Amino acid sequence: MSTEATAREDLRRRVTAFLAEHDPATTDRLEFLRARYDAGLAWVWFPPGHGGLGLPRALQPEVEQRLAAAGAPDNNPRANGIGLGMAAPTILAFGTEEQKRRFLRPLWTGEESWCQLFSEPGAGSDLAAVSTRGVREGDDWIVNGQKVWTSGAHRARWAILVARTDPDVVKHAGLTYFLCDMTDPGVEVRPLRQITGEAEFNEVFLTDVHIPDSQRLGGEGEGWKVATATLNNERVAIGGDIPRESGMVGVLSRTWREHPERRTPELHDRLLRMWVEAEVARLTGERLRQKLAVGQPGPEGSAMKLVFARIAQEASGLDLELLGEEGLRYSDWAMVRPERVDFTGRDAGYRYLRAKGNSIEGGTSEILRNVVAERVLGLPGEPRVDKDVAWKDLPR
Amino acid sequence: MSKLNLLYTEVEDDLRATVRDLLADRCQSSAVIAAYDGDRSLVVPLWKALATDLELAGLLVPDERGGAGASAREAAVVLEELGRAVAPVPFLTSSVVATTVLLGAEAGGPADDLLAALAAGDRTAALVVPLSTAPGAAVASLAAGAGGRVSGSVTSVAGALEADVFLVPVTTPDGTAVYAVPAEAVRIDPVVSLDMTRQLADLAVDSVPGEALIAAPAGAAAVQRGLEVGAALLASEQLGLAQWCLTATVAYLKERRQFGRVVGGFQALKHRLADLYVAVESAAAAARHAAATVAADDPDRAVATAVAQAWCGDVAVRAAEEAIQLHGGIGMTWEHPAHLYLKRAKAGQIAFGTPGFHRARLAELVELPAPTVGRGTRKAP
Ligand SMILES: Cc1cc2nc3c(=O)[nH]c(=O)nc-3n(C[C@H](O)[C@H](O)[C@H](O)COP(=O)(O)OP(=O)(O)OC[C@H]3O[C@@H](n4cnc5c(N)ncnc54)[C@H](O)[C@@H]3O)c2cc1C
Repeated sequence: MSTEATAREDLRRRVTAFLAEHDPATTDRLEFLRARYDAGLAWVWFPPGHGGLGLPRALQPEVEQRLAAAGAPDNNPRANGIGLGMAAPTILAFGTEEQKRRFLRPLWTGEESWCQLFSEPGAGSDLAAVSTRGVREGDDWIVNGQKVWTSGAHRARWAILVARTDPDVVKHAGLTYFLCDMTDPGVEVRPLRQITGEAEFNEVFLTDVHIPDSQRLGGEGEGWKVATATLNNERVAIGGDIPRESGMVGVLSRTWREHPERRTPELHDRLLRMWVEAEVARLTGERLRQKLAVGQPGPEGSAMKLVFARIAQEASGLDLELLGEEGLRYSDWAMVRPERVDFTGRDAGYRYLRAKGNSIEGGTSEILRNVVAERVLGLPGEPRVDKDVAWKDLPR
Repeated sequence: MSKLNLLYTEVEDDLRATVRDLLADRCQSSAVIAAYDGDRSLVVPLWKALATDLELAGLLVPDERGGAGASAREAAVVLEELGRAVAPVPFLTSSVVATTVLLGAEAGGPADDLLAALAAGDRTAALVVPLSTAPGAAVASLAAGAGGRVSGSVTSVAGALEADVFLVPVTTPDGTAVYAVPAEAVRIDPVVSLDMTRQLADLAVDSVPGEALIAAPAGAAAVQRGLEVGAALLASEQLGLAQWCLTATVAYLKERRQFGRVVGGFQALKHRLADLYVAVESAAAAARHAAATVAADDPDRAVATAVAQAWCGDVAVRAAEEAIQLHGGIGMTWEHPAHLYLKRAKAGQIAFGTPGFHRARLAELVELPAPTVGRGTRKAP
């Protein structure tokens, strides 16, 4: 047997043994999730001791399927995208043993939710320009500044945070990355309503927030490197297998099947174009995952995020046209602070509006095109006026 | 094909300036946004100011029937400005569509009084069809029972919340007639709409006495004409909307700085905006042409309308989508007005037929028929 087949066989046995010991029907949900983490079945590609078994990532989907088939509870991944998709791989790559032990388990089980304190009013695409200041005071860092568009800050226990710790060097060099306690009295979260009516994101004001140096992730002045790893993870649509006809094209296909009276040759042609695009994107993602079976994703993931955003936007727009009169109606404009984001949930109007954010959040599609052009294709960058100037001397 | 003026006359420019001033003063985006939270206090005073004080409600009605004796060209200019301000007023539904339907009634008949009242802005009407009803498509009509009592229900009617009288297409043994039904006699259920600046309502009437304003079978043509003119002039509203999106986005990108530079200086964005400018200028040509053909009762009217709707509906959506994208995170917020334009544009794309519908209609008008080959007869090349 090949090593992969042996590993697969061994993993199967582990899942069976785990289920025998922890009957999903009788085990408390949280207890089950913690035990699953401790058994290394949370994310098998993570190292032993941190929820994994050091196995290829490609083996994870089977674990998920077998546990789901046995009626096991999941860790509600949709409510925890930033934690699972961004904070966890960054903590794994740059964290100390102590940090990994403290943060990864409650992150994975969903006991502690995370948010991303990166963007500021003056630093969106130009993330390296953040002006939130971190000043060292004994064993602590004192942090002051304002963050904006922070998704889920209203329910987050922890945040990944980029702050300027040295204004006297060029902007990329003066940043440090922290794990910030959202219950610190200096953290104030104000809802920011978005075009769907909901307040999914927030403004976050940081006033003399104390962050112990033990919650610094990576070295002082290494914040840009760490943040880039986070963004590469954010931008690559990894995760489990994505089935054919899932996501927005799945929703669109359902509308088509349910509304024979709305069909026209023109809409049919557009539907099938979208369907092919989505299928090709699915295969491209799968191919990328096979390439990236180990290690940190690189800038190639940016191409996937570009495609994902475009398909979600075009398919949801087409869905409204297909629905016609029904597309003119909306479920509810009420201002709520949602527990989780569901891109493909609610009504067609909501999906259309929410999808507009897909090409802005996590790096705009314009910035991602620059990443592909410059970092993947090696084309020259734009002339930079801010490269060799200390951050404090930059024009603003 | 006669050469129609695709620019603006001095009178039209003056009209635009007057409407724009009033909207700048009385139609602030914060008040429009409030409509999404159910506060429609802006609507009635704004509509009165436009309809009565500026006497815009009667633009399409000839002097001798109580109107201002202007034409679709002037109405289109007003719509450009209403689109630019996403103004939540029933100009399109009452002063264009319902009014055009009534103009289909013979002068000296029972429609005269209502037509004059609409023109004066004393009353406001809505044609009872779903907003998505396209010209040339079947119209859902209600049934008339004994003694002209009307019963039935129609969903997603635009302009219904502002109307005090409804024009109801009614099926009779002789064809379609148009009845007037007072709003008090109608159950009106407001609909939470994608575009709350043109909020829809579901209507139901149960054996309500109506007055036949246009007898069968002439009602069908009058209703079609109303929808046709509505579609033609909606293009001008879409033009105004797209122009606002372009202007606001260009202005923002001239100011917003990232990477130590003005973001609008990045060539990728300059090209995007240049392309959008070309599309919006083309929309101006298409919308102006549609308005001019309606005003001149030109034989090219139907083609011009189909072209304008096939083009402008998509351009408005594209302009609004670009506005959101190019504003970045700010564009996704409730406080910024960009979303008002996106919602109006997307709903407008569906109103009076989608661009796809109008392309199919155009195919018939210009004799470029769709293939008739069915699946069973397709051969491999
Ligand atoms: C729904 C949503 C959720 C979000 N959640 C979070 C979160 O949880 N945490 C967080 O930190 N941030 C979050 N963001 C913020 C997001 O990362 C920023 O909005 C984004 O990076 C863009 O920054 P900006 O809004 O300042 O736009 P700007 O950077 O000002 O960009 C304006 C426009 O200019 C374009 N542009 C900028 N630079 C260039 C260039 N060099 N070349 C070409 N075009 C350029 C942009 O693409 C954009 O279209 C969220 C945003 C949204 C919409």
